[in-house]
Amino acid sequence: MIEYGTRIVAGVTPGKGRTKIHDVPVFDTVNSALESHNANASIIFVPAQHAKEAVMEAVDAELNPVVVITEGIPARDGMLLLAYAKERNTTIVGPNTPGVITPGESKLGIMPGSSFAPGKVGLASRSGTLTYEISQSLTHSGIGQSTCLGIGGDPFTGLDFVEVLKMFREDPLTESVVLIGEIGGSAEEDAAKYVRDSAYPKPVVAYVAGRAAPPGKRMGHAGAIITGSEATALAKIESLSAAGVKVAEVPSDLPRLLQGQVPALQH
Amino acid sequence: MAQTIEGSCRVKLFEYEAKSLAQNLGVLTPRGAVASTSEEARDIYKRIGGDVVIKAQVLVAGRGKAGGIKFASKADETRDRAAEILGMSIRGEKPRRILIEQKLVTKKELFVSIVQDRASRCQTILASEQGGVDIEQVAKETPEKLVQHKLDPVFGMRSYDARDVALKLGYQGQQLNMLADILSNLYRLSIVYDAELVESNPLVENEDGKFTAADLRLIIDDNSLFRHPEFQERSKEVSAEVSPLEAKARDRDLAFVELEGDIGIIGNGAGLVMATIDLVKKYGGSPADFCDVGGGANADHVAAALDVIQSSEKVKSVFINILAGITRCDEVAKGILEVKRVVGLKKPLVIRMSGTNQEEGKRILSSAGLTTLDKMDDAARLVASGEST
Repeated sequence: MIEYGTRIVAGVTPGKGRTKIHDVPVFDTVNSALESHNANASIIFVPAQHAKEAVMEAVDAELNPVVVITEGIPARDGMLLLAYAKERNTTIVGPNTPGVITPGESKLGIMPGSSFAPGKVGLASRSGTLTYEISQSLTHSGIGQSTCLGIGGDPFTGLDFVEVLKMFREDPLTESVVLIGEIGGSAEEDAAKYVRDSAYPKPVVAYVAGRAAPPGKRMGHAGAIITGSEATALAKIESLSAAGVKVAEVPSDLPRLLQGQVPALQH
Repeated sequence: MAQTIEGSCRVKLFEYEAKSLAQNLGVLTPRGAVASTSEEARDIYKRIGGDVVIKAQVLVAGRGKAGGIKFASKADETRDRAAEILGMSIRGEKPRRILIEQKLVTKKELFVSIVQDRASRCQTILASEQGGVDIEQVAKETPEKLVQHKLDPVFGMRSYDARDVALKLGYQGQQLNMLADILSNLYRLSIVYDAELVESNPLVENEDGKFTAADLRLIIDDNSLFRHPEFQERSKEVSAEVSPLEAKARDRDLAFVELEGDIGIIGNGAGLVMATIDLVKKYGGSPADFCDVGGGANADHVAAALDVIQSSEKVKSVFINILAGITRCDEVAKGILEVKRVVGLKKPLVIRMSGTNQEEGKRILSSAGLTTLDKMDDAARLVASGEST
């Protein structure tokens, strides 16, 4: 992150106060860090067992947004930390997210900067490495990105597709949007509904992973499981297509779909 | 209907276990005991007497339709029915235990469930006065009979939440308070055990007006197991829902799901692996598994995955698809070579590597005579056509 240009002013690890890492001072608590440093956002790598309180500590210190990289947070803790943040008007990205990147400017996340390039496409995804795969293919096709964000692979996440779509709508630097979805939950269906109901003014294209996934099995991400007909990839692709979102059959079709060179998947 | 996140690789408890935990929290359950032989079942009958129900203790759903629930009213009859159930295979799962319980004289069967509701980011109570049937069907056909009540994620179920639900189920007076108590206790069960799901179907209204949990399901969120060490081993137990290969993979901390086909799939990151499977299928191949070594995989993870997958007889070739970010291609290459050195590469490989330290990774592999592809599409097409790199 430092290499990419993000100004990391302090780290917090209980018991490691008064030390330094990569020349960044480390503190025992968030409050003590803020006594001598100005910060406006937080990124959390704390192990799942302690993640809930780490998020609360950042929220209490009025850092906003809070990006939660941690994977495997108990669902109950996830619900609690999201409710806590919502009450205090703090935006949570994740949990289980690669973070946020504005290519060429800064990133609050763990994605490889080399997969991204500055441009006008906004990207929101439920997955990590698949995001890098797709941003890389966009970048190689000469399509840069305004901001890319992982909403997180957990069942309970802070920002969802709809909220990110709203932000991209208001963002003058974003001209079109890529959504990368997967099986499980209803984030894609909700996004489709929002795009349709709001007559979304910018083009939206999508890819949905997991068309070959068997029902009832959880595919790696805690959130990626088909429960009933709603959560299947096909149902999601259908809702998106019906809302006017062009859906790519394979990830590598996305750049050409954005440029109008290949037809969208039909259902 | 609220969306649940119930899965097949979570820690599900057997009915008798769930009931015993619920009893400790004040939930009334039928009088009974668990047996692992038909003789034990006979002895239990002698203690209970009257009409009994004999229930297979399995984790798969649909046990009733598969014949896993039988009735008896004599000791010898109980033994015979128990023997039948113990000899059965219920949707692929062999019951090792049976629960023998007093048969309830029911006035009404209710459905009560406490689920984790993704869309609302809270727990939700789902309840219906039409219990004993498939609740999805109730939701579809008579949605007005399904009560949904969201619970505040911070304050949880308050006594008036429980009374609201009991009222909507049509109860009043003392019965309303009794049902509300049961709901509160089931909620406490969900909190104490970090339950993804607590479900009683049916929750029976007895002739005397009291409520008894005739059936009870409890699924524990496996991300919470560090708080529940007593269930930790359960997540690795082999059941009918977990194939031997899946168990082997989980033992080595891989996210692994066995599929029907013959092309082994390894990738880093769940979304990427799902996309890989979709691609291989599109090009006419048939994936044998979903195997995610994790977004930050190192040499050991890759070696473990390759080792497990090539041990499967049905696998004819293996596709390794790595998009390196935190993971480094040279680490992945070392993992592959480690397997080659220790047990040998037993199946043809197609390797796609891209990202961090790509050139170093390629160099390591080519020194061992292995080549890689840069693009996922090309690699998927190649492996689906039955060739290797």
